[in-house]
Amino acid sequence: MNFKLSPKLSQKIAYTLLVISTIIVIVPVLTVIIIIIKNGWSALSWEFLTTMPKDGMRAGGILPAILGTLAIVSCAICVTLPVGVCAAIYLNEYAKDNLLTRIIKLAIVNLAGVPSVVYGLFGLGIFVMLLGFGVSILAGALTLSIMELPVIITTARGALSSVPYSFREASWSLGVSKWQTIRRVVLPNALPGIMTGAILSISRISGETAPILFTAAAFYVPHLPKSMFDQVMALPYHLYIISTQIPNMPKNIIFGTALVLLLMVLSMSLIAIVARLYFRKIRKW
Amino acid sequence: MVDKIKVENLNCFYSGKQVLKNLNLTVKKNEILSIIGPSNSGKTSFLRTLNRMNDMNVSFSRKGDVFLDDDNIFEMNPEKLRTRIGMLFAMPIPLPMSIYDNIAYAPKVLGLKNKKNMDEVVEQSLRDASLWDEVKDRLDSSAIKMSGGQQQRLCIARILAIEPEVILFDEPCSGLDPISTAKVEEAMLKLKEKYTIVLVTNNVKQASRVGTRTAFFLMGELIEIDKTQNIFLTPKNKLTEDYITGRFG
Repeated sequence: MNFKLSPKLSQKIAYTLLVISTIIVIVPVLTVIIIIIKNGWSALSWEFLTTMPKDGMRAGGILPAILGTLAIVSCAICVTLPVGVCAAIYLNEYAKDNLLTRIIKLAIVNLAGVPSVVYGLFGLGIFVMLLGFGVSILAGALTLSIMELPVIITTARGALSSVPYSFREASWSLGVSKWQTIRRVVLPNALPGIMTGAILSISRISGETAPILFTAAAFYVPHLPKSMFDQVMALPYHLYIISTQIPNMPKNIIFGTALVLLLMVLSMSLIAIVARLYFRKIRKW
Repeated sequence: MVDKIKVENLNCFYSGKQVLKNLNLTVKKNEILSIIGPSNSGKTSFLRTLNRMNDMNVSFSRKGDVFLDDDNIFEMNPEKLRTRIGMLFAMPIPLPMSIYDNIAYAPKVLGLKNKKNMDEVVEQSLRDASLWDEVKDRLDSSAIKMSGGQQQRLCIARILAIEPEVILFDEPCSGLDPISTAKVEEAMLKLKEKYTIVLVTNNVKQASRVGTRTAFFLMGELIEIDKTQNIFLTPKNKLTEDYITGRFG
């Protein structure tokens, strides 16, 4: 049988398939957001954001979990960003293209795909037990920063190699050294890309549960974190506990907590978008 | 005239493949030496060896020596060397900053000038590159938005700001229209009084217009070097004659 679609019909079918796929992508995300907002909105209040939990988490606020997450994430990004960007600069600008470098680059790309719970166990072994940090902000932050390093390195390398090679040559030809060229020409122009990668990383690690499960998070801490060696409550872990471990948990608090976490992550992504737009605008090429 | 650059038995290779064969020539002080020749004849490789831009290429290797005045350039600090031998590329490459910053960039980073003198350096460099009158009212605007010819003269001004002794021009007009080309050539002739210039060009007429002497390269070998008028009127080598009269290439 010689069956052939007319070009017009095949065009229509392809178009329909593409549109349906796009809808399939959008619908679940929108549904999740709508359900969380609908169920959690009533729990949101100034008090919810700024007080300690009461009644075995069934009432009161989630302040310690918010602060805990902020502490862990800011410490993690303070470690991972400088180290990651420096490593990216080395790999992109200095490393010679030989077998070792290629293996390192390949390893970094693959490390980004390791499941986060594996990083959690690694952090438990190294930071909590071997180095004796205990279950603490420091151990959790270091674990998250190691998990995020491959992502930061990869995005930063992408940003660095998007700066045209000719800019480097022009700078070198004026007698400017390699390092000064990186500092004055390459880095300023790679900054938007690096920033975007960094902020997306922040939003990604704010939501991670597995790596902090064994290294930083506690079920309940009656006081706010005081030092780097304190255990803390963290939003993702707190959400896990209140939705599975506590009987008779008011539903709106669960969804309210999820909403706060979602808003934190979304606002970070929003900052990333705004930052990228801003840097694109001031970039002059 | 005094020899500014002396090239002795220079051989260059990319990944073992020889691109320059036993080159011996001199560049005299305050002359424009034009180098002509078909593509792949080693002209650009020669220029990039002179200011050691080839050092950045891992597959590059060379034998032989080049002397700037009496210093062997391969024993000098490459960054120091490049402040003495500036280079203009085929495509204009303004850095993504303002016109002013493009020129102030290298002197500032290298610590050649203090802030107070910078305005003067910028103005003088732009004047010497015949660009001042066109841009003096918009020094703060982006260099990327200038026309190609203006960008190329900006790049010349940028080199002048570091006050080199020699300037290498690598097909500086290949992307420019005839009027912009004329302006760049005009700037070059003016610069000859202060600087020594090596000009690589695919445009044989350009060599005849601005070159004090002209060298003809073919397949990595120097075929002939002489005063420009001799090369164009009474070439000694048959290959040279064929090339300038357009019989091959």
